[in-house]
Amino acid sequence: MTDVVHLTCPVVDSLQLRSLRAGMAVRLSGTLLTARDAAHARLHQLLQASQALPVNLENQALYYVGPAPAAPGLVVGAAGPTTASRMDPYTPELLAQGLKVTIGKGYRSAAVVSAMVRHQAVYLGAIGGIGALLSRTIKNARVLAFEDLGPEAIYELVVEDFPALVLVDTTGQDYYQIGQDSYRRRR
Amino acid sequence: MRVVSVHRITDAVAELCRTANTLLPPDVYRALAAARAEEISLVGQMTLQQILDNAEYAAQSGVALCQDGGVTLVFLDIGQEVHLVGGLLEDAVQEGVRRGYHTSYLRGSILDRPFGGNNTGDNTPAILYPKIVTGSQVTVTVMPKGGGADNTSRLAMLTPAGGLDAVHDFLLETVEKAGPASCPPLIVGIGLGGSFDYVGQLAKRALLRDIGTPNADPALYALEQQWLRDINQLGIGPQGYGGAMTALAVHIVGHARHIASIPVAVNLQCHSARKGTVVL
Repeated sequence: MTDVVHLTCPVVDSLQLRSLRAGMAVRLSGTLLTARDAAHARLHQLLQASQALPVNLENQALYYVGPAPAAPGLVVGAAGPTTASRMDPYTPELLAQGLKVTIGKGYRSAAVVSAMVRHQAVYLGAIGGIGALLSRTIKNARVLAFEDLGPEAIYELVVEDFPALVLVDTTGQDYYQIGQDSYRRRR
Repeated sequence: MRVVSVHRITDAVAELCRTANTLLPPDVYRALAAARAEEISLVGQMTLQQILDNAEYAAQSGVALCQDGGVTLVFLDIGQEVHLVGGLLEDAVQEGVRRGYHTSYLRGSILDRPFGGNNTGDNTPAILYPKIVTGSQVTVTVMPKGGGADNTSRLAMLTPAGGLDAVHDFLLETVEKAGPASCPPLIVGIGLGGSFDYVGQLAKRALLRDIGTPNADPALYALEQQWLRDINQLGIGPQGYGGAMTALAVHIVGHARHIASIPVAVNLQCHSARKGTVVL
């Protein structure tokens, strides 16, 4: 937890991605895409119908967030992570499209973890409930697709030093398990 | 009899939507600061520090504490000497939420249908809990209740043979299954007794009590302290990263019950435990 790894998104350095280990602190810079429940459902429908996606997911980092609107003079409102497990049913097919990083909070399913190992992707955790603080690392925000979904649209966020923790690495190691096992005193 | 215009309720609700979403209540801030001092995990300490920093930045900037302004719950304790004039109470409250969320740049998180549907954009409809009380005042409380922690909350109709042990097991299982998705450290609201529909409200109301204010019922207060210790031995810690501070408090609201049942509801509240009250 002492060293901080700087990661540029989208991730072109697959070697660096594979060197990340569960529990490492990272700072993300570059561009992130956003999607939550409704956008995932639409991406799934398009894939089912063998239609082109409105965004290219190759090497991308996908942040599970529905940002609050920006007050005048700000880029975006509060923008913290939402629960990742709700995206689990859709995640393997998006990893198959080249997605390399997902960012959220909470456990992932066994199916998602094994798909991550297969596609050499990582899952990063951002702290839930600190959306105001996280919004300061967002330097630009624009809607890329599904604008009618409002906060659930797909945004492109330009970030600088967005703080996160490696929760699942490319070997499938899970930091929640490691972290909690050290402090569990019952059951 | 005292005449109160519902427009005053609209104004109060609008202002409470802003303050509740941007100012962390002092009791919650104090509890988080105490947890920061007590936490044994280094990652846990850093996580709690970020949560405290977020509260300070939100207060200073007016940016919402959390992008999820939740379902807006509005509790109205209306003195029976009060005569409300100027329109429907329900409409007045919805107008207050609409105005509060819009003018404070809060996210609309409400879809207009139970499935599918469109985002209403202004977080309406809010859910109202009107209650007739003694006196001639109107007490308005706004609680923005986030979706993540509510999704992990659970209700069970337990039976007398299982006793308190069954309640205890259900509680720990709920917190354990919720894990990081509920955004710990939590405030755990427990409703105990009543009926299937009522026990959920009891659990929700349990979350309104300030942290550090003891339960008026000594037996329930003892249970709260014991169950808090048990929860904090699960090792989940701040954000589920591991640690001793899984919950800041356990609050129980009890009620009489049917001879056949022990209804129990566990309503988990994330660390962004937002609430605001004014008395009119």
